[in-house]
Amino acid sequence: MSAPRRFDAMSRFNVAALALGLAFLYLPIVILVIYSFNASQLVTVWGGWSLRWYVAFFNDEAMLAAAATSLRVAAVSATLAAVLGTLAALALTRGERFKGRTLFSGMLYAPLVMPEVITGLSLLLLFVALGMERGFWTVTIAHTTLTMCFVAVIVQSRLGGIDRSLEEAAMDLGCGPVRAFVAVTLPLIGPAIAAGWMLAFTLSLDDLVIASFTTGPGSATLPIRIYSEVRLGVKPMVNAICALMIGAVALTIITASLATKLSGRRGGNAAPM
Amino acid sequence: MEAVSDITSQAGTALPLLRIDGVGKRFGGFTAVDGVSLDIRPGEFFALLGPSGCGKTTLLRMLAGFETPDSGRILLNGEDVAGTPPHLRPVNMMFQNYALFPHLSVRDNIAFGLRRAGMRRAEINARVAELVALVRLEGLEKRRPEQLSGGQRQRVALARAVARRPRLLLLDEPLAALDKKLRDSTQRELKALQRTLGLTFIVVTHDQDEAMTLADRIGVMNAGQLVQVATPRQLYETPRSRWVAEFVGDINIIEGRITTREAGRLRLTTGGAGELAATLPPEFGDAAEVCVAVRPEKIRLSLRPPVDDPAGGAINRLEGTVRDVGYLGSASSYTVALDGGASLRVSLANAARLYADAYAVGQRVTAWFSPDDCIVLDR
Ligand SMILES: Nc1ncnc2c1ncn2[C@@H]1O[C@H](COP(=O)(O)OP(=O)(O)OP(=O)(O)O)[C@@H](O)[C@H]1O
Ligand SMILES: [Mg+2]
Repeated sequence: MSAPRRFDAMSRFNVAALALGLAFLYLPIVILVIYSFNASQLVTVWGGWSLRWYVAFFNDEAMLAAAATSLRVAAVSATLAAVLGTLAALALTRGERFKGRTLFSGMLYAPLVMPEVITGLSLLLLFVALGMERGFWTVTIAHTTLTMCFVAVIVQSRLGGIDRSLEEAAMDLGCGPVRAFVAVTLPLIGPAIAAGWMLAFTLSLDDLVIASFTTGPGSATLPIRIYSEVRLGVKPMVNAICALMIGAVALTIITASLATKLSGRRGGNAAPM
Repeated sequence: MEAVSDITSQAGTALPLLRIDGVGKRFGGFTAVDGVSLDIRPGEFFALLGPSGCGKTTLLRMLAGFETPDSGRILLNGEDVAGTPPHLRPVNMMFQNYALFPHLSVRDNIAFGLRRAGMRRAEINARVAELVALVRLEGLEKRRPEQLSGGQRQRVALARAVARRPRLLLLDEPLAALDKKLRDSTQRELKALQRTLGLTFIVVTHDQDEAMTLADRIGVMNAGQLVQVATPRQLYETPRSRWVAEFVGDINIIEGRITTREAGRLRLTTGGAGELAATLPPEFGDAAEVCVAVRPEKIRLSLRPPVDDPAGGAINRLEGTVRDVGYLGSASSYTVALDGGASLRVSLANAARLYADAYAVGQRVTAWFSPDDCIVLDR
């Protein structure tokens, strides 16, 4: 009768380890969220529950403008990244085998591991060389370059699990090549594209480094704005903004993983998320 | 091996539905299909038989339009379809792996081709209901392919492929994924379906029993070439070459040399089976070094030598010892080591239930067969 007891001990250890790990990850966030409801003027002193910092945020024109910029940059760059990333994935899995295809595949992954400072700096140099005025579009383009490879990776792995004969079957049943793609392949990789879009959206939303290299006056994103506020001392309002951002990111991530799960259930293997 | 052309042998019959004329396909330096010529008549059930990798799928894919032939022409109802893309050909294909759309229900899978054809909704519904009944999938219309068994998937694929009433239906190993029992019943359904709808079928298979049961005619392929086109009976009883004889069914091959040739009768000396008599096949060349092929079920065994037939025609009688007995239910298979050195496989029907093993291992027997049952072939 010793085996079950040892199993219990193991599972108690597992639970403890899990709790510790989760606490390490999420305790700071929980504290931040709690303090976003702090009534006190001081960040570190608890003064009772209140929504005053949320109200303050929604009355702060500059902050709201930055938030709006961030959302617009994230939405536009995620959409561009979804389109370009899907096209890249299609070219790499479906195209004729061309010389250097493996090299191209590898090059697609490089931005995933490239330090953001380098990406930001090189983009800045590019924009300066091209004489582009820095602002909304330069940030958006920069975020697109950063995030499209994430989309490509997700879509590529989904495409790999789809049988080519499905499109052939569609053509056999009267679809031209484009129609066959739209009627069969697109619905199958759709959830992967959606997951990629949401990942790109969150990546863009919380990027500080690349944005600060490529943005210009008047189009500061929310992270840039917060960062400059915090440098002058942390105001409790920042807690409220951060809590809102965490909420937005968590929502997109959960939706993205649900989408991936759905795409996996529709046959073949799921995209890694 | 010399390839056959089926076209000349059919001159004078009705216009073929499909004419394959000297079609070839190379992949890099490798010839997958090599100068295949074949006519398919309307309403025919044609089977393509051949070992793995001989080019069957490649030939089918050229007919469907997924590969372009490097040489030759494909004529459908007299029209060259070389430049016609797959979606504009009046041909449908049932894929080796079924290729059902995983995101669509059974119903939508079957209706897919009909929607593309621009049929009215009511018409589509009627046609789908009819097809679902035909392949007996009632009640499963709303399921996704992954919620079906292998046999049910196969039937969906079949219904989807025939939905557009193609003039020509190509089936690539349609029953390969099914177990023996299911395969037998599905074979019957397939044949019935083809008759009911009056379609023309080309079925690829490497299962000879399947080809024999289903097909009106069989084309045997080897290494990219069509080596014989014949009815199942012709193919089995009069194979054109030693390769076909050995590929189709079980057969004993005895090599020998012709000593006399008179009045339609050949006499041969063989290395392992002594003197043999064989009927001279029509249009036989003047080769002397030949081989004699005898199907195992054409040979009989007896304990005492049978008497010669009074007409004076020799029966081939070969003495030997039973080496091995295999009980297969409906028949038993015996291996007889002949005194001459060769070994013969003999198949005898187990006609009576309480028939004790008449020929046991080690028993002396006489194997005998008629000269008419000998197939004489070039070596
Ligand atoms: N796309 C291709 N590129 C290169 N070689 C190919 C290609 N497709 C087929 N082949 C080669 O052509 C030959 C014929 O292939 P095919 O698929 O037609 O064989 P098959 O008769 O259908 O065999 P099986 O019974 O195993 O399905 C094979 O040797 C195969 O390796
Ligand atoms: Mg094949």
